[in-house]
Formats: sequence, C-alpha cells, structure tokens
Amino acid sequence: MNQIEIKRSSPVALRVIVYVLAFLFSFPGLYLIWRNFTEESDPIGLIKTQKVLAPLWRTFSLALTVSLTAAFIGTILAWITSRTDLWGNRLWRILLPIPLVFPTFIGAAAFIRTMNPGGLMNRMLDGFGIETVIEMRGFFGAWLVLTLFCYPYVYLPVAARLRQLPKSLEDNARVLGQSAFQTFARVVLPQIGSILAAGSLLVFLYTISDFGAVQLMRYDTLTRSIYTNRLINQPTALALSLLLLLLAAVIVLSERFFSRVTFTSEETLTGEPAIYPLKKWSTPALVIVLLTLLLSIGAPMLALGDWAADGISRTTRGGSPLTIDRGQVLESTWNTLTISVIAGVVAVLAVLPIAFLVSRYRSRSGTFAHAVVIATFAVPGLLIALAMRFWVLRTDWAFELLDNTKALLVFSYIVRFGSLAMGIVLVAVAAVPKKLHDVGQTLGTKRTPRFFRIDLPLMAPGMGAAAGLVILSTMKELPITLLISPLGFSTLATRIFSSFEDAFVAEAGIMAVILVLLSFVLTWFLVIRKADHL
Amino acid sequence: MRLRIFFSTLITALLIVSCGGGNSSTIDGRAAEIYPPGAEKCADSNGRTVTIYSGRTENLINPVLEAFACETGTNVQVRWGASTDLALLINEEGDKTLADVFLSRSPGPVGYLESKDLLGTIGSETLGLVEDQNRSASGKWIGFSGRKRVMVYNTDQYSPEDLPESVFDLTEEEYRDKVALPGTNGSFIDWFTVFMDVHGKDVATQWLDDMVANGATYYPNNRSIVEAAGRGEISMGLVNHYYNYQIKASEGASHKAENYDFNNDDIGSLLVITAATILESSENVEASEDLLQYLLSSSVQQYFTDRTFEYPLAAGVLANETLPALTALEIGSVDFDKLGGGFEEASRIIEASGILNR
Repeated sequence: MNQIEIKRSSPVALRVIVYVLAFLFSFPGLYLIWRNFTEESDPIGLIKTQKVLAPLWRTFSLALTVSLTAAFIGTILAWITSRTDLWGNRLWRILLPIPLVFPTFIGAAAFIRTMNPGGLMNRMLDGFGIETVIEMRGFFGAWLVLTLFCYPYVYLPVAARLRQLPKSLEDNARVLGQSAFQTFARVVLPQIGSILAAGSLLVFLYTISDFGAVQLMRYDTLTRSIYTNRLINQPTALALSLLLLLLAAVIVLSERFFSRVTFTSEETLTGEPAIYPLKKWSTPALVIVLLTLLLSIGAPMLALGDWAADGISRTTRGGSPLTIDRGQVLESTWNTLTISVIAGVVAVLAVLPIAFLVSRYRSRSGTFAHAVVIATFAVPGLLIALAMRFWVLRTDWAFELLDNTKALLVFSYIVRFGSLAMGIVLVAVAAVPKKLHDVGQTLGTKRTPRFFRIDLPLMAPGMGAAAGLVILSTMKELPITLLISPLGFSTLATRIFSSFEDAFVAEAGIMAVILVLLSFVLTWFLVIRKADHL
Repeated sequence: MRLRIFFSTLITALLIVSCGGGNSSTIDGRAAEIYPPGAEKCADSNGRTVTIYSGRTENLINPVLEAFACETGTNVQVRWGASTDLALLINEEGDKTLADVFLSRSPGPVGYLESKDLLGTIGSETLGLVEDQNRSASGKWIGFSGRKRVMVYNTDQYSPEDLPESVFDLTEEEYRDKVALPGTNGSFIDWFTVFMDVHGKDVATQWLDDMVANGATYYPNNRSIVEAAGRGEISMGLVNHYYNYQIKASEGASHKAENYDFNNDDIGSLLVITAATILESSENVEASEDLLQYLLSSSVQQYFTDRTFEYPLAAGVLANETLPALTALEIGSVDFDKLGGGFEEASRIIEASGILNR
C-alpha cells in the first residue's frame, strides 16, 4: 500500500545529512581498521587460534543468553506495568529503568558483596538458619548480573510502545473469544515485535562490549582478552576489537533482515491503551516486579548503602575523615546531570534524520547509516575514547575547535550511545500513520508545521524513552569521561571509580547512592512524566 | 506540581552551589596537613602551569597537588584515570599530548611509554632525591612511594602461625584451593616480573604453574580479593598491603581479614613502587621538575605514609609504624629497570599458566 511512497526518492538535503552522520559515527570503526593496518595486526590469522575462538564463543553465548532473558523479563515487566491495574504501577515505572544506571564495575561488585557466600544476604539469612551457598561467578554470575542491569534496554522502549497501542484491536480480539494470552501473542506481540527486537539487540551488543561485569564475575570473554592485551600486545588487542565490531555488524544486519521479514506492521494505530484487570494474577505479577527490583536494585543498593552508611557514621563518630568533600560531590552531581541530559537530547536529534530516511524512504544509505550507528555500540568505551582522540589530533581545525572541550565529550557520548536512541526513534518514526500525513497534506499544512503537529506528538513517548536510555547510560559512562573530558571535569562515575580503585568503599558507596537517586529523579521527570502527558 | 517546584528548586540550588565553588586563595582539609604550618595564604600565581595525567587516584593524591599549587602558585590541571589507559592515551596523543607529567600506580605503564620513546629525562637534582634502586638508570622515571606485597587472609579460617614463611610454600597440598591471585592486575604483573628477575624465569614459571595445579583462584584485582577474604569466600590472597587498611576503616569488625607478612627475604614481601615521569613533549619542564621534587619532599612523604599508608622513599621519612617493617631484600636488590621489558613476558607467562580461567 506504500508503493508510491517507497519509490519516491529521498530529499537530497536529508541524504547529505545522513551521510555526514554515518561518517561521524564510523570514527571508531575506521580507527580500528586504520590501527590494524599500521600495527600490522592479523585479525584473520588470529581468528583461527584457540586463543580467540574460545573467548569469541563465550562472548556470543553469553550475549545471546542475556539478550533472550532480558527480552523475556523486559517484555513481561513492560506489559504488567503499562497494561494492568497492578497496585503501585506508577512507582514501579519509575523504579524499573534504574538498574541501567549502575556502572557495572561497582554494580557487579556490590551485587557480589550482597549475594556471595559470607555476604550481607548470607549474614541476614543466617539469623533464620538458612545458608546460601551459590557463588556468583563465571557464566552464571555474568548472565545474572548483566540481565538484571540490562533488561531496561528492552523494558523502556516496549513499555513506551505498549502505552501507545490502541485498545480497539485488543478489544476486538477479546470479543472474538481470544484469551488474554492469545490476544497478547496474536495482536500485541506483532505490534511490539520490531521494538522488542531492537531492544534485545542493544542488550546483545552491550553484553559483548561490557568489561566490568565479566571481569568481576571472572568470565573470560573477548573484551577481557582485549583488556589484558591492551598494553602488552597492542596488535592483538586491536585485532580482537575489530573482530568484536565485525561480530556486531553481522548481528545488526541479521536483526534488520529478521525484523523486516517478521514484523510487517511498520505503521500502527495509536490511541488509549487497554488496561486489563489482573484479579487472581495480581499476586504473581507483584512478585515478579518485586523480585526483579529486589535483585537488580535491592541487592547492589544494600551493599552500596551499607558502605555509605559506614562512611557517614564513621565521620560523625570522628573516625578517619572521608577523602572527598561536599563541594566535590555537588560539583560531580551537577556535571553528571547536565552532561547526560545534553547528551540524551543531542543523541535523539542526531539519529532522527537517519530514522526518517530509513523508515520513510527505505534508502540503502539509510540502512547503512543505521547499521553503523547500532554496531558501534559493541565497541568498548575505551576504544571509542582512543578513537575520538586519534581523529581530533589528526585534524588541525578539529584540534583547534574541539580539543579539551565538553563538545568533544558530548560528541563521543553520542557515538557511544547513539545506538540506544536509534532503534527506538526509528520505530517511533515508522509508527506515525501515513494516513494522518496525507490528511495534513490535503488540508494544506506545510512540511514543518506537519512535523510539529503530527509527527512530534506521536513520536514523543518513543523519543522520551530513547533520551532516557542515553541519559542513564551517559550518567554511568566511565572510560570516555576519563579520557576525553576537559581537564578537571569530574562526574559521579569518575569519582566513584577513583574511590573504588583504592578501596575507598565508603566514598564510592555515598556517590553511588547519589547517582541512583539522581537517576530516580531524572527517570521520573524525563521518561515517565513526559511520556504520560504527551 | 509540587514535585516540579521541588525539582526546579533542586536545580537552582545545585547551580548556586556549583558556581560558588571557585578557587579560593586559602587552603583547607587534608591539603593543609602538607602545607607548612603557620602559612595560611597561598602564594600568588607564578604564571606556570603543569598538566598531570594521574593513575594515582584523586582521593589519595589530590591534597598533595592542591598543596603544591598553593605553596608554589603553579596552576595544576589533572586528568584522572587508570594508569594503563592513560599510558595508552598518551601513546595515542604522541607529541600533542596535554600531559607534562604522568603519575603511574606501578612501573609497567611507564616502561611501556619508555619503549615508545615518549619520556624525557629527569634532571639529576631530582633523581638524586631517591636511592638508585628506586629510579630508572636511564633517568626517565622516578619512584615516589612504595606498596608492599603481602598476603591477606581470613581471620576466621586461619591464624598467622598457620601461614607459611614463603610464597613458595603456597604450592603445598595444605593450601590447595585456598589462595587467590590477581592475575591481570598491574602490581601483580610487576611483582611477577621481579620474581622472574630474582629467581629466574624457569623457577617463577614453575611456581605459577604449581599454584594453578594447586587450585589457586583468579580474581581481577587486589580490592576484590581483600573483600572476598573479608567475607570468607576465599582463605587468602596475594595483594598490595594497603587495601586492607581502607576496607577495614569502612567496614570495621564485619571485615574479617588481616594482612600477613611473609618472611623478610621472601619475594612475596617485595616493595613495588609508584612512578613519576615527565613527557618528552612537555613545554613546562621546570614546573614539572618542581612537582616531582615536591612529591619527594618530607611533608609529602610524611603524608603518604601517615594518610595513604604507603612507604616513603625520600627525605629520610620513616614508614608509619602501623605498616609492616621493610627489610634488606626489598630495598637495594631489585632492579626496577627490568620491569619495562619484562612486563610483556611476565604477562605472557601469566596468561599461559591458565590462572585467568580459574
């Protein structure tokens, strides 16, 4: 039905913008290719060795398992909190995205401290005569902690989508005698399919780029090989990074193909969503939500809060003073807040043209740009930082303009996290019904007012969720912030890292608690409130 | 609505506070301990700037840098980060780097930069402040504090008299599945490099292989070993001495771990030094030399040993009495210059031992 629209060629200006964006986003990839040449790395030769195959396989199986579990949990939570009458839903909606804000290097460490033998949980349960013996490590530990910290990549966009789907279709299905489950499988799932796939892809790519969690869980993946080799054997580290990027590219392209073939409902109706009464299911639903929150927020927060409380009580008792002062904490809090909000907003704007080109015109250059943006998410932050530094230093005007500025920092964040906004914005753009556009056009409305009056309000929940994902991820970002930020610029994450490196656990705990509180306020303000009202 | 007012108030408050935190010309807090008593106002600006890439953390070393800025009037700028990553960044930046001075937690990353010809030569006046063994023979870098290798152990499971006199005893049956090693950690790799140098490559490799065969466990870093020993998840592990001080200070009695010192001349109680270096490309060499000398001054060395529980290396400052005693072997018999080249080989042997998958 969209034949004419598809054949129409895209505006030149839009295509030029998208080419430029694709070029900017490809900096890390180009850097890796360039460095592999100059360092005479041998990624092809390396691929056959057992040294690579085993970690590569572990990376792949971990990423696949984590993304499938996160897709499952994320979808269930999204459905429960946005489509049922569950008690406390407004609160759950603000709490559920928060695990995203734990930097894995401290989140996983805190999780271990609570859950492992001899940990806080163990000590509590001891009182009841229960002895927990599961040690969080290896594949199991990495899988659990990454699933718990990554499900919001699925939850946030799916929830945003679910709150937009009109109840008419579902009502029809129910009237026709379908059970709630059948309705979900046959009516709802096809409509959230593409966003679910996009979210799961992000989980997959994040998992292959993660270092903090796999390192602490002692699970030997490709990123760990990259990190152990980065100083002593750079050619190997660079070759492994390129392989990581290639793996990501393959996965991204197959997801695009799979999504196209499987979910045809590019445009959808919107309206008031159907709300289902849970009745006898409300207890199990509440258990699912609470269990997720307890494990993903409660477990790390217990350890972090304990450290923070120890630190605060220590200073009030007059013990050894803390190594950070109030001014430093406030400064980092403010920096974290501003830089992440700026990054979130700019990231959404940056991927918007690509989303338009891909969904409205189906151009090949659009698909290419889209794949570049998304695959870059698999590149570990450290390499993105080095890549950005590399390019800026090799271009005189860029050096003059960007060196040691916050602009470069924001630019680097967007290259790192643009992918988080990409998939969701794409679905949001695609979901705007063509009919409305045609009506607008018939009524003589010009392109720009049409965008503001028709497209924007319909895309808003998706864009809010997209910005939210970027903001929460930027708040915890570490390697880029350390290496790219202007001298003297500190965020909560960098100060948590500094404190934690030398085992100043009290300071790290206090700032981690502030980070979580800040993300709570931001989630409420930017994601939930905006999304609900527009 | 009320929440919106709350939120805007919060932002305004943050804005006011963050604008109010400008540079004051007086000094307070921990930095004041370093600054000479009686002097309350900072020196006027001397027009110099020094930019530091610091792998030593802000918590430990910022007071020292503040005191330096205050006392000399030098403008100090810092990029904080992990030593290894900062070394990679400096390599990427080449002669366009902003850094004048690089402070590393351990000699390995400095050795890497030396191999890339990025380091300048430190003046002999500065080099003369430490013993020969605590600086590079080529004059490219200098040690400014030390950390001792020790074994942290869980106090519920072991008492000091049941622990061995040497790391070599850890390969025995009685310590099967008991010991943790931070295989990928910088100071562990540095330590192992010296181990290879002192006892020979074959002996060191054999020891590590035996440790793996005896069920040694891998942990990613010192902190996670100290923390796991405190919980009783593991019985003992080879770490730097000072992590246990920090965690004990925070957690108190619930942290059930103590440091154990191997026999005096055992390789297991080696002193690993932190290193400072000036970049070849630096245009602020004088200010950089001043900073290095300041790090080795008696007030700063005193701060290192009293506040960060490290070993002083200069100005005749004695180690804080709560620290395990240093002995003849550690100072004077180890050539840290070997670290640069040996670092790579040590890492290869550690990886080949299979410890990282344990």
